[in-house]
Amino acid sequence: MTDSNNVVWLGAPSFPDAAREALADTQLRTNLRKATGTIRDKRLAVTAELDDWEQLRTAGKALKRRTLRHLDHHLVRLEEAVTKAGGQVHWAADAAEANRIVTALVKATGQTEVVKVKSMVTQEIALNEALAEEGVSAYETDLAELIVQLGDDRPSHILVPAIHRNRAEIRDIFRREMGKWGRPAPEGLTDRPRDLAEAARLHLREKFLRAKVAVSGANFAAADTGTVGVVESEGNGRMCLTLPETLITVMGIEKVLPSFEDLEVFLQLLPRSSTGERMNPYTSMWTGTTEGDGPQDFHLVLLDNGRTATLKDTVGRQALACIRCSACLNVCPVYERTGGHAYGSVYPGPIGAVLTPQLVGVEHAESLPFASTLCGACYDACPVKINIPEVLVHLRAEVVEAKRAKGRVPTPEALVMKAAASVLSSPVKLSAVQRLAHPAARLVSRRGTIGNLPGPLGRWTRTRDTAVPPKESLRAWWRRTRGGREGSK
Amino acid sequence: MRIALFITCFNDTMFPDTGKAVVSLLERLGHTVEFPQAQACCGQMHFNTGYRPETLPMVRRFADVFAQGEYDAVVAPSGSCVGMVRDYHRVVAEQYGDSALVEQVEAVTPKVYELSELLVDVLGVTDVGAHFPHRVTYHPTCHSLRMLRVGDRPLQLLRAVSGIDLVELPAADSCCGFGGTFALKNADTSNAMLADKMRAVLDTRADVLTAGDNSCLMHIGGGLNRLRTGVGTRHLAEILASTEGTTGP
Ligand code: SF4
Repeated sequence: MTDSNNVVWLGAPSFPDAAREALADTQLRTNLRKATGTIRDKRLAVTAELDDWEQLRTAGKALKRRTLRHLDHHLVRLEEAVTKAGGQVHWAADAAEANRIVTALVKATGQTEVVKVKSMVTQEIALNEALAEEGVSAYETDLAELIVQLGDDRPSHILVPAIHRNRAEIRDIFRREMGKWGRPAPEGLTDRPRDLAEAARLHLREKFLRAKVAVSGANFAAADTGTVGVVESEGNGRMCLTLPETLITVMGIEKVLPSFEDLEVFLQLLPRSSTGERMNPYTSMWTGTTEGDGPQDFHLVLLDNGRTATLKDTVGRQALACIRCSACLNVCPVYERTGGHAYGSVYPGPIGAVLTPQLVGVEHAESLPFASTLCGACYDACPVKINIPEVLVHLRAEVVEAKRAKGRVPTPEALVMKAAASVLSSPVKLSAVQRLAHPAARLVSRRGTIGNLPGPLGRWTRTRDTAVPPKESLRAWWRRTRGGREGSK
Repeated sequence: MRIALFITCFNDTMFPDTGKAVVSLLERLGHTVEFPQAQACCGQMHFNTGYRPETLPMVRRFADVFAQGEYDAVVAPSGSCVGMVRDYHRVVAEQYGDSALVEQVEAVTPKVYELSELLVDVLGVTDVGAHFPHRVTYHPTCHSLRMLRVGDRPLQLLRAVSGIDLVELPAADSCCGFGGTFALKNADTSNAMLADKMRAVLDTRADVLTAGDNSCLMHIGGGLNRLRTGVGTRHLAEILASTEGTTGP
């Protein structure tokens, strides 16, 4: 983990270990199955409505990939357009620099509070913590992010960061914590969704009306017009983006689109893939500043933080095309069982498994590329056709190479793989092993099946029986019965 | 047609009956089956676990062996191994091999089919004259479903089997949790997925679970067996090869 980088959580266990803990939490599994199941069905229904859904996906993929190939060019255009429209652009190479820029901007206003919306990228850089060190309180205003913040918790989903919490838990958090942050929860708050939403509304309203500075993320920015956009469901974004005097937007450099017209594609792909809605309730766009209307001071912080390095990898870079819809999380059978915390990263699920190791370097997130069965459901769901399985196997190779480069002593796995490779590329050795397999297996079997085995194979045999390999392999059978017919190649 | 059987190392060693079934099925349909003795493994396990340079000799051998004979097609009773050949042999050849190997891979790959693809698309049959009087449910393995897009070809073939009572598997397209070395590296998650898959299988009250890949069947079947459920597993090829009086469940 790099010093000031919060993409991966300091001290997080490897995926298999974190998953084991999550799997033991049956409430979590029930919450997740329900939530992902519902949203999965909704997404399928609304994407099926569009005859040109596949063409849209292809268009989205092509647009994103083309933009990534000429990213420098589009970013410079974006800077020009934003500046011309009255905004200021700042470039941040990494998390520390981005935090320095934002903190300085906030302090220049003389304020000690900011409201925040769409803040995944600010989680990536741990902005709240950096602001707190300088005496600035940052308030999350998205309902789910508010729950996470009040609960002193981590987000576990891209779109629904509190997906792991149920209503009763949320009520308890509100009752316990809201008072410490501002307006307390109403007396006798119940766990009815309406009451919870109302409590959050009252709590947040105070902050919106008081706030002079807002920090936002961005879903996209159009290079030709300098327009920045945020899509959301609750209207909290609209409040943050219009009420304060100063607006500071932190945006990953990969979010730029060549032109305003390109939004046509993404404003269709995003809501249908993410929430299963035809259109999201709030789409806010702004271009620089407008006198007498909205924030009078607009700053756009363009964040690299590992993205340029990711761009250099021609296979892996496709992960930067991600529009953060979370469809891949919702269809992922692994995510459905383990939840987001197991990934130990701001970006969980299949996209996290390919993006996180690239942003921080594979050696800092070794277990993530392996946290998948390669079933491909994510690739099928992705609105911009990111071939996540392809990137996963690509990164697995990088993990193995990194270990090889580092280790003077090969790992046990590497030794097994080496031995297996020599057998599996040679028919002679393979048949020799096959001849041995049956008697060897007989030694540990009972009544034709193999039960619990010691060592690493115990992980297999703890829950499954294994058949004893038969006496005769197919190739031996072929030689015995048809030996004369096929040449001796 | 002259068809070469690529048995895959796993079937060869653990499930030779599947290979025998492919041979008898194709011969029954009037084709010539060859078994090139020099074949070994497609390299999937090494590739998917990140051991790419180690995969090269397997890719090379596959290309050599199946480029040599005059085959009209190469068939393998494994969706995931065919997926490996089709999607990734070229990648390995380009990354570690030479241009001759790339050319060879490009020449061989289009001839390689998974069993249901070969039967339905190339040989143009869905009714292979099989008889299998049992209650059967079909699990579409992820690689057949999403790498190869075999779609409902296996089901077309199964529906035409006489005597079969084919029942739909709930949540059929969700992964069983095998995933090769995933089952070892992420054993707990794999087990949780397996548990759900087994529940779905038991809900169908089928006697036999079938699929186009013995690896997934070994994983699910191993679990079903451990729980003494009495549900058996049978590769699609074995059901299609069965005729009146040949096999029980
Ligand atoms: S990878 Fe694709 S499916 Fe996953 S969040 Fe990004 S855009 Fe959505």
